Parts: sequence; structure tokens; C-alpha cells
Amino acid sequence: MTGQLVQLLDRLLEFGMPHLVAVPILVPLLTAALMLLLGESRRRTKSALSVVSGLVGLLAALALLRWVNAPETGDGPGSVGVYLPGNWQAPFGIVLVADRLSTMMVALTGVVAFAASIYSTSRWDRAGVHFHPLLQLQLMGLNGAFLTGDLFNLFVFFEVMLAASYGLLLHGSGRLRVQAGLHYIAINLAASSLFLIGAALLYGATGTLNMADLGMRIAQLAPADRGLVHAAAAILATAFFAKAGAWPLNFWLVPAYSAAVSPVGAVFALLTKLGIYTLLRLWTLLFAPDAGSSAAFGQSALIAIGLATLFAGAIGIVGTQRLSNLAGFSVLVSAGTLLAAIGLGEPAVWAGALYYLLSSTLAVSAFFLLTDMIERWRNAGMSVAPHEKAGNAPFLAEDLRVLDDVNLDDEAQALYGRAIPAGVAFLGLSFIGCTLLLAGLPPLSGFVGKFAMLSGAFSTGGTSLPAWIFLALLVVSGLLALIALSRTGMRHFWTQPHPTMPALPALEVLPVAGLLAASVALTVWAGPVMRHAITTAEGLRTPTAYRNAVMGARQVPNPAAPAKGPAP
Amino acid sequence: MEAVLALAIGVLTGSGVYLLLRPRTFQVIMGLTLISYAVNLFIFSMGRLKLDSEPVLVHGIAATLANTADPMPQALVLTAIVIGFAMTALFLVVLLASRGLTGTDHVDGEERQEAAE
Repeated sequence: MTGQLVQLLDRLLEFGMPHLVAVPILVPLLTAALMLLLGESRRRTKSALSVVSGLVGLLAALALLRWVNAPETGDGPGSVGVYLPGNWQAPFGIVLVADRLSTMMVALTGVVAFAASIYSTSRWDRAGVHFHPLLQLQLMGLNGAFLTGDLFNLFVFFEVMLAASYGLLLHGSGRLRVQAGLHYIAINLAASSLFLIGAALLYGATGTLNMADLGMRIAQLAPADRGLVHAAAAILATAFFAKAGAWPLNFWLVPAYSAAVSPVGAVFALLTKLGIYTLLRLWTLLFAPDAGSSAAFGQSALIAIGLATLFAGAIGIVGTQRLSNLAGFSVLVSAGTLLAAIGLGEPAVWAGALYYLLSSTLAVSAFFLLTDMIERWRNAGMSVAPHEKAGNAPFLAEDLRVLDDVNLDDEAQALYGRAIPAGVAFLGLSFIGCTLLLAGLPPLSGFVGKFAMLSGAFSTGGTSLPAWIFLALLVVSGLLALIALSRTGMRHFWTQPHPTMPALPALEVLPVAGLLAASVALTVWAGPVMRHAITTAEGLRTPTAYRNAVMGARQVPNPAAPAKGPAP
Repeated sequence: MEAVLALAIGVLTGSGVYLLLRPRTFQVIMGLTLISYAVNLFIFSMGRLKLDSEPVLVHGIAATLANTADPMPQALVLTAIVIGFAMTALFLVVLLASRGLTGTDHVDGEERQEAAE
């Protein structure tokens, strides 16, 4: 099975490179176009198309992963995959770059989007029109933003991703979603304006928009011009902070994410990671150690904002009892953790952070899907639970006292030996799995990621004050997440006097089980994944390979062109 | 010329930010539009202001930025205008949906109870 998969991937690479780099962008785009041609009917065909497109994208991402992780052979496998879509050499044309970091993100996107698209076919894609095309466009925007090596092209892919996310957020309609969507769109439009200002300023100061070229030009910049570049970087970073959900630009996030239907929430967990990816990518390329006096510009701000986000997310997570809000605040906690870890600026910490990014994204996505199943079960099919209309905590009712026919006390007789229905057992175990992952407890991958970050922060000689604060906040936020999730878990699982069986369609069980199984696999094969993360982090520290690959990519000669001369 | 352009961008941004912070959805969308105008002008100005130079390459004149205008910001502005226009149109639809669902044009979907009343 594994051998066959590897063979298939090698075949793909043999035929596909370097064009394979563009596949994760093109396949969703073409699928979405095809779906629009099908119109509003033929839901089954569209679901099937969506699943097939997800599979193809996932295969391409895995093949690219194999390519970047192969032993180095100069131009072949093991190098950074560069694709020139317009056949213009960098820095004049747009480049698509598949290095270790972007390939990892594309693969993660593929896994989560695949799970979400399968889950949605069970019921949510019927809540409105054009769910699958929007999901595909969202996927295209995400993959494009991960793969592009051009700052303005990044803006365009951000907008593709955002435009699709507006549609997805409003999917299902209703007052709550429209309200959250209004705020979400307004803040993202404002952030996009900042993005444009920052990109234009960078162009004005350096004369290039290619991300690899930008880094090299900044290194040679006159001291008088550095102020402008720093201002541009700060403005750009503000835009990315807003997308990444960094405090204090994140008050839109929890209402928006919890208002969205659950498969959309699962995909939205990737959007904040895109903001974090962009920050990491641009920060390491633009302000690499060779950038002179600009090296590591804004590091203290990055750490401070990350720690503040972590703190705010941890407070938020104990302050809420709604499941979907818990998922939203978990997104904030993981964003804060990642921002602070990136800011610490050590490749060892980055490696841990990349591992944690994989783990937390899978966990949050699974949790968003699980939330929907649990709430539907406990609310007996109602879309809005009675306790939410009244603004109460869940299931905190007057009649919630120990009943005679339910054994909750020490003299219980039938408490043991009673079979738990399989559906409830699945929900409960999945919930426990998500809790362990989100709180970062052993034995699952959340713990491994946190441990890797901390060991990275404390093994590199001097332990700074930020590292200690990071340690404290990481431990405390884990504890708070554990408290909040246990409390909500008890309310939802143990307060049902007469348990009913949840109706769990296979199409909903499989994605959740798959995402959690991916987390378990991440724990079991933590060694190889960490090795990938460490090589990635070292490549980020010294981006020479990335720069050389982008600037050295050669045009493909036109086979039909006459030697030289004016076009007819 | 620099001063006039800088003033124009400044006034547009200032008015845009003020409107963006107002409580009515229509004011917000006007604010976002003004900001996007300001951003477009700003991108344009990043190609340096220049009078009487060729817009594109002309035969016989050396193709350097000393002789022609920088085409890059023009291309960027064009993209930004298109995207900004589409997003504004989409925001307008959501604005109308919100008005229809909540019966108010307040950005929070409900009128704030003023303490002074």
C-alpha cells in the first residue's frame, strides 16, 4: 500500500515537475469552474467532483513533499521547486515556489479541506447554493498564497481566498451569519488596504515585488532608505496580524468562526495559519541575518503581540461555554503560541512551532466538525439550543438534579457494566482526543509540539525573559483550555438523564475520525515529521537555497520561435 | 505637485477612516471606498511622479525609467481597482441583507441604547 503510493508519487514527479507546482492551484480552479457550469442542481455530481479534486490536490501535495524532502541532487528532487507561470524570469514575472514550508502548508490544507468537503456532503452543502465551488475557490486561494513567491500575487491570492471565505461564511444565511459576515468583511477590506499600502511602499523603496529579490535588495539598502522599508514591513505585518487573529485585531474572529457552518469553520482554521505562514515567510526572507541593520526587525513586537494573543485567547477560552466559541478561542490560543514562537527567532523553536501548527490545525478542524455533531445530538435536531436563546450556560437547568432512576451517587448499582452506545462512545472519545490535543497533554501530538517549542527555547544557551513568559503562558493556557473543555464536556456528555442515541452518518464520522487519526499518526511518526520541521526551520534561517532557486530559475525556450527577430 | 497629491491622499484617508468608524453601514462602505481611492493613488505615487514622459516604450528612445513612466504601479493599480470594486459590490450585498434581516442599518444589527436618553 505504502510502496504503491510512493511509486505513484514518483511517477507523478517524473512526469509533472516542474508543472506539478501549479497543480494545487489549477485543479481547484478548474473544478470550481466546472461546478458552476453544472448549475445549482446535480448536488451528487458536485460532491463527487469536490472529493476527486481534493484527492488530486492531496496527491500533488504529497508528491511535492516527497520532492522537497528527497536527498539533494542539484536541480532535481531535493531542490526548491520553482515554476514560472508566465515564462518570465524572476524577478520580472510571477514565480510559484514549492519549498519545504509551503509544501507542508499545502499538504495540511489538502488534508483539512478534504475532510471538510466529505463532511459537508452529509448535510451542510444543502444549506445554501454553491457550497462546493466556493470551497474549491477557497482552496485555490489558500494554495496559491502558500505557493506564490511574489508579494503582489500574494495579495491577489489573499483576495481570492477572502472572497471565497465571505461566501462560505454567509453559507446557510441567517441573521447571526450576516451580522458576523458584515464585521468580517469590513475588517478584511481594511486589512487589504493596509496590505496594498505596505506592498506599494516596499516597491517604492526597493523596486521589486519578488519576495526572494526583496530580501537581497534590503541587504544592500542605504541606511537612509531603511526607515521606509521598516515602515512598509510594519504596515504589512499589521495586515497579516489582522488575518492571523493577533490581539488586539482579533475581536471579529470568534463570532465569525462560530457563526459559520461547521465544515466552513474547519476550513477557516487554515485562514489564520495563512496569516502566520505569511508573517514567517516574509519576516525570514526580508529580514534574514544578512540584512544588515534590518536583521530581525520587529522581533520584540512579534513576541509581545504573540504573548498578548496567547493570553487573550486563554482568558477567552475559560470565559465561554459554547462549543463553537471554544473552538474559536482555541484558534486564537494556537495563533498566539505560533506568533510568539516565531518571534523567539530560534530555528529550534520554529521547528517545534511548525510541528505544533500541524497538530493544532488538525485538532481545531476536527473540533469544529465534532461541535456540530455534539450540538445536533444534544439539541435534538434544533438549530439553536434553548439555552442559547436565553443566554444561559449549556444544560444548566433547574431540573438538573440527581434523578432517582439515574445512578450518579456512590451507591450506584447499574453504573458499571452498562454498555455505552457506540455513537456516544465515538463522540466522547473524539471529544477527549480534541481536549488532549488542544490542551497539549500527553500522549498526543499537542504535547509533543509544545515540548519541542519549549525545549528549543531553553536549549539554545541564554534563557531570555520572553522565553520564560512564553513557558508560563503556554503551561497556563494549556491548563485553562483543559478546565474549559472538561467543564463543557461534562455539561454535554454527563447531564443527560435519559440518554438518546446520536444519529451519526458515516460521512460525518469518517472525516472526524480521519483528522484525529492524522493527529495520532503525527504523534507516532513524530520523528520524521520533526526532522522535516527542523530542516525547514534551518532553511528559513538561511534562505540562500530559496533565493538561489527563485533567481536562478530559467525560462523555457519557445520551441516554435524563429531564432530572433520581430514578431510578424 | 507632490504636495497636492500628498494632501489628496491624506484627506481621502482621513475622511475614510473617520467614516469607517461610524456606526451606520452606509458610512462604513463609503469610508472603505474612500480608503481604497487613497490606496490606489498611493500605489500610483510609488512609481514616482513625473511629467511629460512616455507611458510605454517608444522606438528610438532608450527604454529606461529615466525616459518612461514606471509601468509596474499602473498594473498594480489596475488590479487593485478591480479587486476593490468587486469587494465593495459584495459588501453592498451583505449590507442590504443585514438591513433586511435586522431592520436597522447599525453595524451591530441593533440600535445602541444611549445613556443620555
